[in-house]
Amino acid sequence: MPAATASQTIGPYWHLIEHAEWADLTRFGAEGERITVTGRVTDGEGAPVSDAAVEIWQSSPPADGHFPGYGRAATDAEGRFRFTTLKPQAEPGLGNQTQAPHLSVVLLARGLMTALRTRLYFEGEALNETDPLLSAIADPAERATLIARPAGPGGWTLDIRLQGEGETVFLEV
Amino acid sequence: MSDPVPFRPFQAGTQPPLDHAAYGSTRLRHPTRPLRRLPQTVSETTGPAFTPALFPEIADMTRQGQAAPLGERIIVAGRVTDEDGRPVPNTMIEVWQANAAGRYAHPRDTHDAPADPNFPGEGRIFTDAEGHYRFVSIKPGAYPWRNHHNAWRPVHIHFSLFGSGFAQRLITQMYFPGDPLLALDPIYHAVPDAAARERLVSRFDLDITEPEWALGYRFDIVLRGRGATPFEDGETQ
Repeated sequence: MPAATASQTIGPYWHLIEHAEWADLTRFGAEGERITVTGRVTDGEGAPVSDAAVEIWQSSPPADGHFPGYGRAATDAEGRFRFTTLKPQAEPGLGNQTQAPHLSVVLLARGLMTALRTRLYFEGEALNETDPLLSAIADPAERATLIARPAGPGGWTLDIRLQGEGETVFLEV
Repeated sequence: MSDPVPFRPFQAGTQPPLDHAAYGSTRLRHPTRPLRRLPQTVSETTGPAFTPALFPEIADMTRQGQAAPLGERIIVAGRVTDEDGRPVPNTMIEVWQANAAGRYAHPRDTHDAPADPNFPGEGRIFTDAEGHYRFVSIKPGAYPWRNHHNAWRPVHIHFSLFGSGFAQRLITQMYFPGDPLLALDPIYHAVPDAAARERLVSRFDLDITEPEWALGYRFDIVLRGRGATPFEDGETQ
């Protein structure tokens, strides 16, 4: 039985498949609570990662012809990314657990041999306290690397630090 | 509600490490803390379902300009299956590549090789019900990069696949058989297992080749399988 094909880096020139509109998950006419999600990706020296692809997937609200549930954004010269999407709702976890609203995040870039995975939660959600992933992270500072803060009306922001101080919690799934 | 069936862990040695000193760009970009294991939930076992209606196919990359691009026309075809040999049907594949001279249609590519206005270098195809895909392109050129002295990337085409769940997301590169640069490439050699590495190299295929028209290369892709792996290391996971 062959093993899964090996990952290789997305490299610096993946923008050949970039379509800026993919960062707007509401572009097909989705209706619901519209939010923007922004952030900045930095490396181990705090320098902006200006050639990354940031991808989000959300199983809530359910994807349909008007809402793809998936988006991709390129980081700019300052390492910034920006999505427009619909606010996710709570999701079932394993067993009888409930997951707080979140986005699945995949980060791809030159220098990343495999996709880096993390999550983005939303500050102030009561379910954050009992979310299976968040509540398993003992260190509040580490936990905070997964929780976006409000940034203006309908806006949320979370920076992603690949390495070093304040390093984002990355996930193996 | 019963728990979703998770995708299996990767087999040891078949995936590259994030910290790979021979590839300089990993130095400041790899996490230093171990990844935190996340049991797969519906967030990981489900994923986007793209359709050609909203994401139109670009199956012939040689017909995106005013004229044919320069270079050697090729056909790339293969099959996408999972680790259990099941086809992955109707899944979107994105591909991108340099032109025949080894230059990308990208503002940050400063390699002193001719641009080709007839080759934007993007493709997008979908597998059929049996997991088969096919596209037409030109053979890309090798190009230098600054990783180390006299560093050249082997000829390659980038692939992006989504599968049926976000945990199957795969970005990889397809190489060409007989390329002498493969032996020297730190990105290719980041994959520890030799067999897994060699599966990144496409095979020349006379059945895909079309007479009087184009050489054909086969590149099969395997995505993670679902469910427990019995008999692995003598135990059931």
